[in-house]
Amino acid sequence: MKRSIRRGERAESVIEAAIRVSGVASIVLVLLIFVFVLREGLPLFREYSFVKFLTERGWQPTLSPPTGPWFGLLPNLWGSFLVTAGAVVLAVPLAVGAAVCLAEVAPRGLRDLLKPSIELLATVPSVAIGFVGAAAINPLVKDLFNLDTGKSALAGSIMLAFMAIPTIVTISDDALSAVPKTFRDGSLALGATKWQGISRVVFPAAGPGIIAAIMLGIGRAIGETMVVIMVTGNAGVLPDKGLWHAFTHSVRTITGTIGAEALEVGYGDAHYRALFMLGVVLFLITFALNFVADLALNRRGRRALQ
Amino acid sequence: MIGSTLVNDAGTAAPVAEGNSAAAIAKPEPSQPSSAPAKIRVTNLSFFYDEVQALFNNTIEIPDRHITALIGPSGCGKSTFLRALNRMNDEIPGTRVQGEVLLDGVDIYGPTCDKVILRRRVGMVFQRPNPFPKSIYENVAYGPRVHGEGRKSRLDEIVEHSLRRAALWDEVKDGLHKSAFDISGGQQQRLCIARVLAVEPEVLLMDEPCSALDPASTFRIEELMRELQKDIAIVIVTHNMQQAARVSDTTGFFLKGELLEVGPTLRIFSKPDDKRTEDYIQGRFG
Repeated sequence: MKRSIRRGERAESVIEAAIRVSGVASIVLVLLIFVFVLREGLPLFREYSFVKFLTERGWQPTLSPPTGPWFGLLPNLWGSFLVTAGAVVLAVPLAVGAAVCLAEVAPRGLRDLLKPSIELLATVPSVAIGFVGAAAINPLVKDLFNLDTGKSALAGSIMLAFMAIPTIVTISDDALSAVPKTFRDGSLALGATKWQGISRVVFPAAGPGIIAAIMLGIGRAIGETMVVIMVTGNAGVLPDKGLWHAFTHSVRTITGTIGAEALEVGYGDAHYRALFMLGVVLFLITFALNFVADLALNRRGRRALQ
Repeated sequence: MIGSTLVNDAGTAAPVAEGNSAAAIAKPEPSQPSSAPAKIRVTNLSFFYDEVQALFNNTIEIPDRHITALIGPSGCGKSTFLRALNRMNDEIPGTRVQGEVLLDGVDIYGPTCDKVILRRRVGMVFQRPNPFPKSIYENVAYGPRVHGEGRKSRLDEIVEHSLRRAALWDEVKDGLHKSAFDISGGQQQRLCIARVLAVEPEVLLMDEPCSALDPASTFRIEELMRELQKDIAIVIVTHNMQQAARVSDTTGFFLKGELLEVGPTLRIFSKPDDKRTEDYIQGRFG
């Protein structure tokens, strides 16, 4: 009797330890990756100045001395920002609208059909989406706006919006559906219309969850590589002819640069290290986005408990 | 005795018109509810969830400026009945209503009735306090706001007046902009009552409003009901028979979707006509 209890206790502590290890492992792995990327990237500044990395307006890794090479963060950061911002502008209204439709308007049967379909969209491989973009969206953008080539930030934004939408829809829908029915009833019973209840009570109550959804959607868009390589042209400088011109022309994103050039660089040279530094910047951006999303979600969780 | 009539014809001839014409009509003696004018007249009301019938041919008159209690065991249809009076059941897909519900003589299920306006006139307080995740002020101002009141000064007035009527003002006046979740459950329920009062309803439906509250909070709500009863008709569904006996003028007993007996509360609790009412009240089942 006594022995079996002791054995039970031992099994318990082994299971506990195993769970703890797997929990800690995920953090350790992320940290290790970050440290590795940082270690590979930082030595860049032995041969290339940190200030120039931050302020250089061009990215010309193969330009020979004395003019080059240029390892400018700015054009990459700008490209990522432009493509992502465009994607957000396109995706957020559509996705949040779709989520409201799913959670509040669609009858049960339609919802059961739509939600899995939208979630299925998230499983389409990015190279397939990129291919659709290159084959269909690039020519469309080219013809619509009379451009020399359709490879543009705009095409990238459209395709990234496509990729961010399922994430935003699903998580926003979860947030809206988690709003207690008693809020809706309370609003209706006061003589408010259904739409007034949605816009004034349900939507604000789900706000933090929707913000988190958008952040995670942005995170997905900004980290996407294959699609932007295929449709944005992957070249570009800082804009000097206005925003619209920038949108309809080729850009270079952080991920696109790394993805396109990583296999061509010599191990340990400056170009190699510069790509890793871009990786560090990307890591920090996605980390910040996830952190903000997490804050928003936790705020919702705490409220729901009350 | 199904669907007893509580109101004589003279009573129905004097429906309460707009506003506070209360003064025009003599306040009926609480001991004689049968002399009160009918605010709501329900005739042969049946209700269906898909093919399942939940209410069977119920007839009752809800007198104005009285408290009507509906009692009965769980699942007997009293909440469904209550929600039929402001058409909250309409929000559940697959439900169907038969019969007639007249509010001041106008059928609320008729083609000319606007649900939104109906619910402004017939307010509802739910079983669990359900304040919105907003400030106390915004909770009370919600109704007037959605009905188009945008003037800050007017809203301030309404909020203060409603909170005073709900006997909550003194407790929250220094923290009107605090979250409604930061006050106690009993206060939240009174806030929900204030929120309803802010749209000046003529009838207040209360669906077991005290079942989630402690005795002290329950006492305060009952006190409040007696105060509100001077101006409006109240219908309360309750599991708590002492509560029905304490606060109501009229009591209706529901069993399996049928309103078995309606009468003055004193009589229902002392010598009911129906044996089943007596059994329930004496705690033989339920």
